[in-house]
Amino acid sequence: MATQNSDDSSASSLVKNPMIKFTKLFINGEFVDSISGKTFETVDPRTREVIANIAEGDKEDVDLAVKAARQAFDHGPWPRLPGYERGRIMMKFADLIEENVEELAALEIIDGGKLFNMNKAVDIPQAASSLRYYAGAADKIHGEVLKMSRELHGYTLQEPIGVVGYIIPWNVPSIMFFLKVSLALAAGCTMVVKLAEQTPLTALFYAHLAKLAGIPNGVLNVVSGLGSTAGAAISSHMDIDAVSFTGSTEVGRKVLQAAATSNLKVVSLELRGKSPLIIFDDADVDIAADLALFGILYNKGEICVASSRVYIQEGIYEELVKKLVEKAKAWVVGDPFDPKVQQGPQVDKKQYEKVLSYIEHGKREGATLLTGGKPLGEKGYFIEPTIFSEVKEEMLIAKDEIFGPVMAVAKFKTIEEAIKRANNTRYGLAAGIVTKDLNVANTVSRSIRAGTIWINCYFAFENDIPFGGYKMSGFGKDYGLEALHKYLQVKSVVTPLYNTPWL
Amino acid sequence: MGIHNSDDSSAATFVIKNPTIKFTKLFINGEFVDSISGKTFETIDPRTGDAITRVAEGDKEDVDLAVKAARQAFDHGPWPRLPGSARGRIMMKFADLIEENVEELAALETLDAGKLFSVNKARDIPHAASSLRYYAGAADKIHGEVLKMSRELHGYTLQEPIGVVGQIIPWNYPSVMFFLKVSPALAAGCTMIIKPAEQTPLTALYYAHLAKLAGIPDGVLNVVTGLGSNAGAAISSHMDIDAVSFTGSTEVGRKILQAAATSNLKVVSLELGGKSPLIIFDDADVDIAADLALFGALYNKGEICVASSRVYVQEGIYDEFVKKLVKKAKTWVVGDPFDPKVQQGPQIDKMQHEKVLSYIEHGKREGATLLTGGRSLGEKGYFIEPTIFSDVNEEMLIAKDEIFGPVMALAKFKTIEEAIKRANNTRYGLAAGIVTKDLNVANTVSRSIRAGTIWINCYFAFDNDIPFGGYKMSGFGKDYGLDALHKYLQVKSVVTPLYNTPWL
Repeated sequence: MATQNSDDSSASSLVKNPMIKFTKLFINGEFVDSISGKTFETVDPRTREVIANIAEGDKEDVDLAVKAARQAFDHGPWPRLPGYERGRIMMKFADLIEENVEELAALEIIDGGKLFNMNKAVDIPQAASSLRYYAGAADKIHGEVLKMSRELHGYTLQEPIGVVGYIIPWNVPSIMFFLKVSLALAAGCTMVVKLAEQTPLTALFYAHLAKLAGIPNGVLNVVSGLGSTAGAAISSHMDIDAVSFTGSTEVGRKVLQAAATSNLKVVSLELRGKSPLIIFDDADVDIAADLALFGILYNKGEICVASSRVYIQEGIYEELVKKLVEKAKAWVVGDPFDPKVQQGPQVDKKQYEKVLSYIEHGKREGATLLTGGKPLGEKGYFIEPTIFSEVKEEMLIAKDEIFGPVMAVAKFKTIEEAIKRANNTRYGLAAGIVTKDLNVANTVSRSIRAGTIWINCYFAFENDIPFGGYKMSGFGKDYGLEALHKYLQVKSVVTPLYNTPWL
Repeated sequence: MGIHNSDDSSAATFVIKNPTIKFTKLFINGEFVDSISGKTFETIDPRTGDAITRVAEGDKEDVDLAVKAARQAFDHGPWPRLPGSARGRIMMKFADLIEENVEELAALETLDAGKLFSVNKARDIPHAASSLRYYAGAADKIHGEVLKMSRELHGYTLQEPIGVVGQIIPWNYPSVMFFLKVSPALAAGCTMIIKPAEQTPLTALYYAHLAKLAGIPDGVLNVVTGLGSNAGAAISSHMDIDAVSFTGSTEVGRKILQAAATSNLKVVSLELGGKSPLIIFDDADVDIAADLALFGALYNKGEICVASSRVYVQEGIYDEFVKKLVKKAKTWVVGDPFDPKVQQGPQIDKMQHEKVLSYIEHGKREGATLLTGGRSLGEKGYFIEPTIFSDVNEEMLIAKDEIFGPVMALAKFKTIEEAIKRANNTRYGLAAGIVTKDLNVANTVSRSIRAGTIWINCYFAFDNDIPFGGYKMSGFGKDYGLDALHKYLQVKSVVTPLYNTPWL
């Protein structure tokens, strides 16, 4: 195995061991202990050691946060400010994030095992750019004046929906935090954000920066805690108007049910995926291999749109598989602070064991293990990049989202077969196509039932591109101007017209 | 009491007082078929309580068949693959056929639901046809966007039909509701299973027949009549339905959302109950305001989700208004809906009749003042007197719950702030009305009430263009307007890198 643990300590030690300054709940502009006084541990996945004790919010803390958010919405300045003013404050918030990029990036390493140089160059700047994108949209939220068929003057108002609950995942904590928060801020809503218990650190830092930026008390509240308590309290709260959840399909169901039994709050869900990458004969083998590995190993496979199923047309199959295995064996797994490392540890024990268990399934189900398949090292939650071939859609490793560095490869003959196999899943989050042929690209992109199709690229996210699943990958869009609709309600106002020259 | 039953048999001059019931079976994959179980259920004439006919009772197995047909039609049939303009042409033909049969359809709905024949013929059925035409014209105007990016990427969105949709429609406006749901789904290229309310199956089955005549391909539009607890539940929990749209009670709305959560996470839109306030200010013309208030509470015998069931009148005109209101209510004509002189027909069925009377009893016990009405009318059928309570406060059940009958709850207010506070003091948020000539009052109050539709100096001003849907526990998702199409479309983003591009 050419994968190696890397202990290179060239990353500055100050950043390597960031101080953890914020460990309490942030409610109504103050950092407070949880009412129960309970705390929970957050663990460094590189070492399995506890790095901090974080306040554990429960239903009572959520109630307090909602009270603050409700007060801020019904009576506070935030929804009443011009969009322009909200935008100015959000821009300042983005500036503060960029000023603290190294510290924030480091926090996300020790919390989530993500790569330091990626966090610093991509994740944290993307968080700031989300804020700026929606800051610029805040004063461009328009209703319409309707042309009617009778003498009536009718128009629509786009009003902020109210108090919003966010339940965010642990895989890309900063990006997720701002993907959601920027939207609600721009629309003039107030919010209660429940952080993933695995990765609470950066969000609490952002709460501090929010206050510095001038976001009024009660607008942004952050509650760290467990999904089964704090998260459930949010989805079933009678005074939260909308909830947006990103995470597993199982929990997504619970969130929707809780909405149904409580106050019928508006729900949007971004759930699991088992996204296919389809590589045609005319692809450049080297580039395709890089793309496929990137698609499954990026962020240690802990990304909902990972291209966990790779379909390769028979013409280039042998050559591509050889290249894939060669590149996978050279993949550097190790300390995410080390700039040479390409893959850090899985986020925690539970995920680590789950991925290893799926690998065992793969072996038992009769797929061929081409490389990897084993944990790496004694400490931490490292797993070798793993590739199975001869995978069929009935196998568990082709059906379930593994959320780890495990690729399932299969060979196909015709374009129709590729489409059929790609769609043979209950999910529909994303898909990738590698071909130079215009017509193949058009046919396949139209045919795959998924919310985002990447042609000759992967993970091409942008502030402008709506993102969200088909089928059981959820509903509702993030990114793009579309996403604002989740936080706005349309009110129609109608008055009769008298003595009007025209309709 | 000036209210009278009308037995005027000059109504016999109307062409179709006793229409023949031609369609009583399920409509699946282009054919009228019995339910698999062979079971049927009665549909009742609310003027008499007698059965009109028996209709096939669809159950889970029938829904499965219908979904199979709709899935085949969606995945492999022509409908989603036609240009929008071609779908539009067929929808226009469908609208023509509806208009050709307006009298028969209007009569069926009068018989089935106790709705006024003259209103059905002049408004409801023509409105159904106009829904179809509106969305027929939109079918070829469903565009995605090309995105301006911040990197060298070519990105665009496609608006794709979401797939097989389930539509569970209520009994108060059978034709209007049928086409409110069906028209945007047809325009978007979806295929569908419609479950009409068990109280009012007749016109829906007729529309299925007309759909086929118009050229809508087999399997695109399926109608399964049956009980909500069986056929309706089968739809909301079906693993192969992509979206469900429901109009009805809040209690059933909850069940539908839960069923979606435990089945396949289908997209849900809900249009639920309301307890809409009508706020009348001192500068209102008292006569016009009284007419509007009565209209708002009694139209369609109060069986309308946006009924202005709470009326707040500013103290300056309160006494004069109440006097006029009660006088007009006492002359309100309740009777046979086929009679053109009648303004209010019977409630839809025994259950609703009893529910309304029970709320009236609550009102009396809760200490509200009964100004007029309050009793059942006649021996046969489900008629109720127009009923007005005053001195109502928001803690009373008659101010909290949706009664869905000819019962108005009246209260006096002093200031604009008080009116707003009391108007918003409800878990619902469907609609609201404001009567004033003052521009600033109108602006302030319309901005302040948390409801999805605000009518200023009018009520029930629906139009094909105006998005309609609730705030708070009145539901989510819009009907009417181009907005309504979004329920039946899914956005797909497609991204490719750009090389050698002159600009982004």
